[in-house]
Amino acid sequence: MTTLIYDGTFEGLLTVVFEIYDRRLDRVNLQRNQPDTAAFFENKLQVTTDEIRANRVLKGLTQRISAMGIQRLYAAHLAEMEGEDNNLVGYIRYAFDAAQNIEEDYGNRFVLRVSEMVRMVRREKHRMEAFVRFQKLKDDIFYAAVEPDFNVLPLLIRHFKSRYADQKWIIYDLRRKYGIYYDLHDTQYISLDFANIGKPANIIAAFTEEETIYQHLWKNYFTSVNIPSRKNTRLHVRHIPKRYWKHLTEKI
Amino acid sequence: MNVDRITGKLNILADAAKYDVSCASSGSKRKNENKGLGNASNGICHSYTEDGRCVSLLKILLTNHCIFDCAYCVSRKSNDIQRAAFTVQEVVDLTINFYRRNYIEGLFLSSGIFKDADFTMERLVRVAKKLRTEHNFNGYIHLKSIPGASDELMNEAGLYADRLSVNLEMPTEAGLKLLAPDKNQADMIKPMGYLKSAIIQRTEEKKLFKKAPIFAPAGQSTQVIIGATPENDSQVLQSANYFYKNFNLKRVYYSGYVPVLADSRLPALNTTVPMVRENRLYQADWLMRFYGFKVNEIVNDSQPHLDLDIDPKLSWAIRNMQVFPIDINKADLQMILRIPGIGLQSAQKIVAARRFGRLNWDQLKKIGVALNRAKFFITCNSSQFERRDLTGSSIKQFILATSQSKFLKNTQVQLNLF
Ligand code: SF4
Repeated sequence: MTTLIYDGTFEGLLTVVFEIYDRRLDRVNLQRNQPDTAAFFENKLQVTTDEIRANRVLKGLTQRISAMGIQRLYAAHLAEMEGEDNNLVGYIRYAFDAAQNIEEDYGNRFVLRVSEMVRMVRREKHRMEAFVRFQKLKDDIFYAAVEPDFNVLPLLIRHFKSRYADQKWIIYDLRRKYGIYYDLHDTQYISLDFANIGKPANIIAAFTEEETIYQHLWKNYFTSVNIPSRKNTRLHVRHIPKRYWKHLTEKI
Repeated sequence: MNVDRITGKLNILADAAKYDVSCASSGSKRKNENKGLGNASNGICHSYTEDGRCVSLLKILLTNHCIFDCAYCVSRKSNDIQRAAFTVQEVVDLTINFYRRNYIEGLFLSSGIFKDADFTMERLVRVAKKLRTEHNFNGYIHLKSIPGASDELMNEAGLYADRLSVNLEMPTEAGLKLLAPDKNQADMIKPMGYLKSAIIQRTEEKKLFKKAPIFAPAGQSTQVIIGATPENDSQVLQSANYFYKNFNLKRVYYSGYVPVLADSRLPALNTTVPMVRENRLYQADWLMRFYGFKVNEIVNDSQPHLDLDIDPKLSWAIRNMQVFPIDINKADLQMILRIPGIGLQSAQKIVAARRFGRLNWDQLKKIGVALNRAKFFITCNSSQFERRDLTGSSIKQFILATSQSKFLKNTQVQLNLF
C-alpha cells in the first residue's frame, strides 16, 4: 500500500493519478496535505501538483468520459470528504481501464459512490443558491455570509453572476475563510480580514438604513404567509435544517 | 418610505394571498441578457413556512377590496376585515428589493376585484410592465388573471408575465355556483382558451422569427379548492385531466380548504385541513403527468376515492397484481415506472446501469430504490423472490406495518391533538 500525499486541489488529484500510472502503483491511499506525523518507514510519497501532468490526465480522461462526467468528478472532489479521494481515484482508474464509457455503470461501486457524492454536493450547492441572503452595505456591495457543509463556492459563481449582473456582491464562506467577489464585470476569489473590521457580525455597522427596513419587511412577510392550522415543524426543519438558520434573515 | 404603512399593507395583503397555493417558479427560460437584474430559469425555493410550504415568490394581493362575495374567500365583500391596497410602485419596490437580497425568485401577484375585471387587471399588468421595462427585471412574474378580463389585457399580460393563472376554485360548476354566486365557469374558461391559443400561436412565431417576443413562457396553471364542496377525488382528477388536455395547463394545484369563515354552505370552522387528501391528489397528479398513468387507472366510478393510507401508485399496483412481478433487468422504462418504490430517477438509472450487467437487490438499493415497497413487485438478479404468493391486501398490510410514512405519522399526531 502506497500513501500519496497531495495538496487537496483537483489538479493535485489528477497529478496523483499520473504518478500512479507512471510508477505502476497498485494499492494506494490518498491523503490531503496533513502534517506528516510519523512512520517514515511507511511507503509514503509526497506528490507535487504539476499542471502539465494534470493536464495530460485530464486530456486522457476526456477521451474516456464526457465533459459532464468530468464536471461531476470535480464536484465530487469539492465534497472534501475524509477518505473519499480513494473512491475518486478508483473511478478514474476504472474509466481508464474499461473498454467502454463507464459513467452510467451504477452497478460499480466507484461509479455509484461518485454519483452519491455528486448528489450531496449538488444538493448543498442548490441550498446555497436558495439560502444566500445578501445584505446591502454602504458602498453598494451586497454581502452574504455562508457556512456550507461542502466547498461549493466555486460551483456558485455561474448562477449568481448570471442572476445579479447589475449589482456588486460578495459571497463569503466563513468556515473556509474565502469568498467570491463580483465587481460588475468579473468574479474573483478574495479573503477578508475580519480582524480589522471586528467580528463578522460587526459588518452590520456598514449596513445601509434601507437594509434594516427590507430585513424587517421580509421577516414580516415570512410571518404573514404562515398558516398556523397547517403547522408541520418536522417538514419545516427537513426543508431548512437548523444549521443554516443563523444566516437566514427570516430565522434570526 | 413610510415603513409602518408599508409593513401594515404587507401584513394584510400577504396574509390574504397565502391561501393561493401556486408557488412554482420554474418552467420559464427568461435569461439575463441585458446586464439587468435576475433570470427565471430554475425555480428555487428560498425559504419554507412553518407549515412546510415553499416560499419562492413574493406572493401578495394588489388589494383585498372586492366587489364579489365568494364564500370561501377572506377578501369577500361581506367579510368585516381591514382593507388595504398597494400602489403599483410599492409592489415594484418590494419585488426588486427582495429579489436583490436573494429572498425570492420573483412575484406572484393576485388581487381582489376593485371596480371591475378590466380595471383590476390593468393594474396587475402595469406592475409587470414596469418591472420589465423600467427596471430591467428578468425574474419570474406570475399574474393571476381576473375572470372576465378582456383579451387585450390578457395579451399584454402574456408579454410581461412568465405564467398566468385563472383559478377554477371549485372542481365542478355546481360547486362554484354554490360558493361563488358572482362567478361563472364560462368567465374563467374564456381567458384560459384565449391564453391557450395565444401561447400556441406565439410559440409558432418564435420558431420562425427568433426576435418574436416571448409570451407567457411558463404557460398557465389553475387551482381548485378541495374539501369545501362534496366532490370526490374522481371528479377532482377528471376535471384536472380535462383542463390539462384541453387548455394545455402546466399545473393544476389542489388546495385543501382551510376554514376561515363561518357560513352555512361551508364546512364548520373546526374542520381540519384535508392535508393527507391534498397530498394524495398531488401524487396522483404526478402519476398522470410524469408516469404515464391514465386518470381512469387511478380513480374511476368503482374507485372514486384515493386511498388515504397508501400512495396512489401502490394502490394501483395492489389492484393490478396480475401485472407483477416485473423483471427489473428486462422490463421497459414505462413498466419500471409503475413499480411502487421506484421514482423517475431510479428508473432511469436502472435502465442505464443494466446495460453493464444484471442488477441485484443490493445494487438496486444503492441506486435509490425503496426496497421495502418494491421488493413485493419485482424480480432481479437473485433467486430470492419476496412476494412468494402474497395477495394484494397482505402486501399492503406488510408495507403499512413496516413503513408508516413520515407524513402520515405527522398528520396523525396533529389529528390527535383535536
Ligand atoms: S372574486 Fe376573488 S377576491 Fe373576490 S371574493 Fe371571490 S375569490 Fe375572493
